[in-house]
Amino acid sequence: MTTVLASPPSSSGGPWMGQVPNTFSQAVLLSRYQFRDYLRSSRFILMMAIVAVIGSILSIVLSYYHGAGLTGSADAFYGTLWAGGATVVIIFSGIIFGGDAIAGEFQNKTGYFLMGLPIRRGSVYVGKFLAAYAASLVAVIFYLVILVANGEYYLGGGALSLPLFESFAIALLYMLALLGAVFLFSSMFKNSLYAVLVVAVLFLFGFTIIEDLIAGLVKIEPWFIITYAQNVISYPFLASVPAHVVTTPGPRGGELTTYNPTYPQGLAIMAGYFLVTAVGGLLLFEREEFT
Amino acid sequence: MTPSLEARQLTRRFGSFIALDRLDLKVEGAKCVGFLGPNGAGKTTALKMFTDLIFPTSGEAFINGISVQRERKRALTSAGTLIETPEIYGSLSPREALELVGALRGMRADEIRSRTAEVLDEVKMTDWVDKKVGRFSKGMKQRINIAASLMSDPEVVLLDEPSTGLDPRGMAEVRDIVRGLKRGRRLIFMSSHILSEVVDVCDEVALLNHGKLLFYDTLSNVEKRLVGNATSVDLSFLSPVSDDALATQVGSLPGVSSLSRVDAQRATVTITGGHEVQAGVLERLVAARIGLLSFEPSRSALEEVYLQEISKGDS
Repeated sequence: MTTVLASPPSSSGGPWMGQVPNTFSQAVLLSRYQFRDYLRSSRFILMMAIVAVIGSILSIVLSYYHGAGLTGSADAFYGTLWAGGATVVIIFSGIIFGGDAIAGEFQNKTGYFLMGLPIRRGSVYVGKFLAAYAASLVAVIFYLVILVANGEYYLGGGALSLPLFESFAIALLYMLALLGAVFLFSSMFKNSLYAVLVVAVLFLFGFTIIEDLIAGLVKIEPWFIITYAQNVISYPFLASVPAHVVTTPGPRGGELTTYNPTYPQGLAIMAGYFLVTAVGGLLLFEREEFT
Repeated sequence: MTPSLEARQLTRRFGSFIALDRLDLKVEGAKCVGFLGPNGAGKTTALKMFTDLIFPTSGEAFINGISVQRERKRALTSAGTLIETPEIYGSLSPREALELVGALRGMRADEIRSRTAEVLDEVKMTDWVDKKVGRFSKGMKQRINIAASLMSDPEVVLLDEPSTGLDPRGMAEVRDIVRGLKRGRRLIFMSSHILSEVVDVCDEVALLNHGKLLFYDTLSNVEKRLVGNATSVDLSFLSPVSDDALATQVGSLPGVSSLSRVDAQRATVTITGGHEVQAGVLERLVAARIGLLSFEPSRSALEEVYLQEISKGDS
């Protein structure tokens, strides 16, 4: 039996009934607090330590070996040390700040704190993405500062060049694409450990192995793999962009085919990856349940 | 506006298991409604659909007449919720966590400041306002969660077993907080399986079992359901009572349908016939001067009805 009681009181207790911010404003608000949480977290210290170790190794190696090949010009110096190191830093920061960003909302139950509020899931997703991007940016800038300090020391003052800024901008686009993909994987799992493991395996070596197998054995250009696009980060330092397809003699009389993305292709892959994975991850998160 | 909560044919299946089966329930007005049921009855499932944490297989949930499924943001604007035991970002302090909640709700900075002080005072966490939440005990975190649910002084408050995991003192404090909330002319909808807690703070109860609503009624009406049914009463005596004395002076009283000895100074009787018959038995026991020390129902009326209805549902 259901009994509906009559005679409720005529007024309520004076609740606050103002205007709830729009979806994007809520995302920005949330990102500020999430970023603050990152800055105070042990994972942030870990990330900075990783960058410091990479920077220290780089500085030590440079102090022993600073041949003309490396320190002869700013392009040679940054082309070698920035492009390679930045992608490693971006991948690590993606894993550390993004790997469990969404999965953790379910596993750690932080989602229950936010999702009972008048907020769209999209705001939570975007807010966490912005915070992870900002935290990753701090790590990349820290690496850049270490590198530029070495560059200024070995190359003399004024070694900062336009190609470095171009490459930095491309690295930021790559970071956008990588975090988009990381958030997509994070949305697929409700377990932080699985999410971090899958992201780490894929981005540290999985995608590279798949890329090599596809290019070398199947002889298909791996344009659909995000790590393929990362090569363009080094292009601003090169006198000419490498040939798109390179065929070299392989073992037992065969041929080995290597693919290099063209400049626009690399940028398009990054932008495409970002759009597809960000939308995909958001749609998944919209449908995930806090069971 | 009268605060209200409504479920219309709200159903949720997990594969072949029906967690909630066509729940039709409308509660409105400033009151506290206890949402009761054994573990797995569907209480949390229903509350999660009221907050859009999970989605109904069919049916709809409404807060103040606004569909949660169709307009989640608008529906939750007037509600404060505490579902399960949420975790707050560990490096934030209670002040920052409540600032975040206030800001997301669109409150002004000065409103956030004053309201933060009020709700932290209400949950007795003022001294911890700038400490990191990550270092708090479960009970302290739960108090901050309750404070967060009250931040906007909502008309409707949904609480899912708010005293779960708390020590007896914490449970008593949560009961005090909920009692305090009733003064604010709010609709409080609180799931619990602690019947004494519900009796203590709620005005009405809705009982759920196997995903079905068994009844929704006021606590006083629930007691009336017991009329004509047997009530178990525990007796204790100042000194040991012999079997003969028990049988002649207790077991033979009108309304006493069974008698069992617990030990030399305690016994349990079953009394049939409602409150008047119970009062008569008590008067006669006192008049018999056999050293009656206490006369206490073994279970509350709610507990009796709860067990009765649940066992009906199970059979």
